[in-house]
Amino acid sequence: MSDIPSELKYASSHEWARLEEDGSVVIGITDHAQALLGDVVYVELPEVDAEVGAGDEIAVVESVKAASDIYAPISGTIVEVNETLEDSPETVNSDSYGDGWMFRIQPSDAAELDAMLDAEAYAESIADE
Amino acid sequence: MAGLKTPFHQLHIDAGARMVDFGGWDMPINYGSQIDEHHAVRTDAGMFDVSHMTIVDVTGAQAKAYLQKLLANDVAKLTESGKALYSGMLNEQGGVIDDLITYYINDEFYRVVVNASTREKDLKWMTEQAQAFGVSVAHNLNFAMLAVQGPNAIAKTQQVMSEQQRQDCADMGVFFAVESEGFFIARTGYTGEDGYEIMVPLNAVDKFWQDLIDAGVKPCGLGARDTLRLEAGMNLYGNDMDETVSPLVANMGWTISWEPEERDFIGRAALTAQKAAGVTEKLAGLVLEGKGVLRSHMKVVGEDGSEGVITSGTMSPTLKKSIALARISKTAGETVMVDIRGKQVPAKVVKPSFVRKGKALV
Repeated sequence: MSDIPSELKYASSHEWARLEEDGSVVIGITDHAQALLGDVVYVELPEVDAEVGAGDEIAVVESVKAASDIYAPISGTIVEVNETLEDSPETVNSDSYGDGWMFRIQPSDAAELDAMLDAEAYAESIADE
Repeated sequence: MAGLKTPFHQLHIDAGARMVDFGGWDMPINYGSQIDEHHAVRTDAGMFDVSHMTIVDVTGAQAKAYLQKLLANDVAKLTESGKALYSGMLNEQGGVIDDLITYYINDEFYRVVVNASTREKDLKWMTEQAQAFGVSVAHNLNFAMLAVQGPNAIAKTQQVMSEQQRQDCADMGVFFAVESEGFFIARTGYTGEDGYEIMVPLNAVDKFWQDLIDAGVKPCGLGARDTLRLEAGMNLYGNDMDETVSPLVANMGWTISWEPEERDFIGRAALTAQKAAGVTEKLAGLVLEGKGVLRSHMKVVGEDGSEGVITSGTMSPTLKKSIALARISKTAGETVMVDIRGKQVPAKVVKPSFVRKGKALV
């Protein structure tokens, strides 16, 4: 049974999103996703200041098994990326909702965050996997 | 999961294994972290359920003659009881049907271990070829198999053995095996570390597994098995060679026994023709200096413009770099360009062996 914190929003492609006090949104991948991937060995993050659209492939997570694309769940500008993942990619496995965060977006459209799945809906979407 | 189960199946579940389908078998891919399991084998001792592999007992007066025809390496080299030999089993076109290990028990009894994924094909081929020799080719289903590998593997296994077994295994050399109290214990492995591959009587499975856990041996899954064998430069059938690939371009040239000339093993004529025409490719090692992961099927371009392909690739936990085996032109040079999802990334060409006895070779 994977961990699905109730205060976060989710995409069916296994990204989570957390609204910060300053209006930016922190994004990572879920506990379910990291378990499916296995040991993460390399994370390729987007450039700071890049403009992204919802649904764009903007990052790659490589595990021993396979490379997986990460999709921007909302549109906006990348304002920060988690550089500690360069030396410690395994943090994505050990702390997927905390220190394993991947990047922070300044959203261009607040409605997109609201349209994401809540914890219950995400749990349902992975129940069949 | 509706796959075939090995005798260790429930033990894997109890140990927290993440199970996957492997060629129709329900097998553990890891027990939490394949990287931790990999390090356990390089520094201490780990154990792998390999019961899905296939034990074939070849018996009869013409057992030796049969195997001398069937295999590209020569079983006549095996003169001491228990001595083992790694060989390819080729088809008439000189392609590899499988790679395997043969243990010599006596002139009328050889035990052969072939891969899991090639079981039906191998048994059919071996049985057909046996017709001309009148030997019996029997699939032995009386054992489970466990590989215990690592610098402390032998010491820890001997701790759980009986006194008789300890005596029978004392001073046993590498690539030898011995039968002791129903167990068949071989000092062979697929990791580049010392250790045993053990055929375990079915009624001894649960106790043996638990005794090894109590002795500090870590259960390891198929994920770690692949990173370990690739670091050690060992081929995986289906990736690094198959029926369309000659052993001469799969780093198996050393396993072909050409002398005596009169030994007409299956595939000899095809290999002779290949050598006469000139072998232009080789199976080389690649090391990625930068970030990313090399994976099978990625295209490789040499300094001479030749095209090659990665046959096996992974992230090496010991080296903390990506490594691969690749079939490339002999003149590809020292650096090749690998197509990694559309980007051309340089990789260093090395001998196909990256780690031995825990030490980096590259």
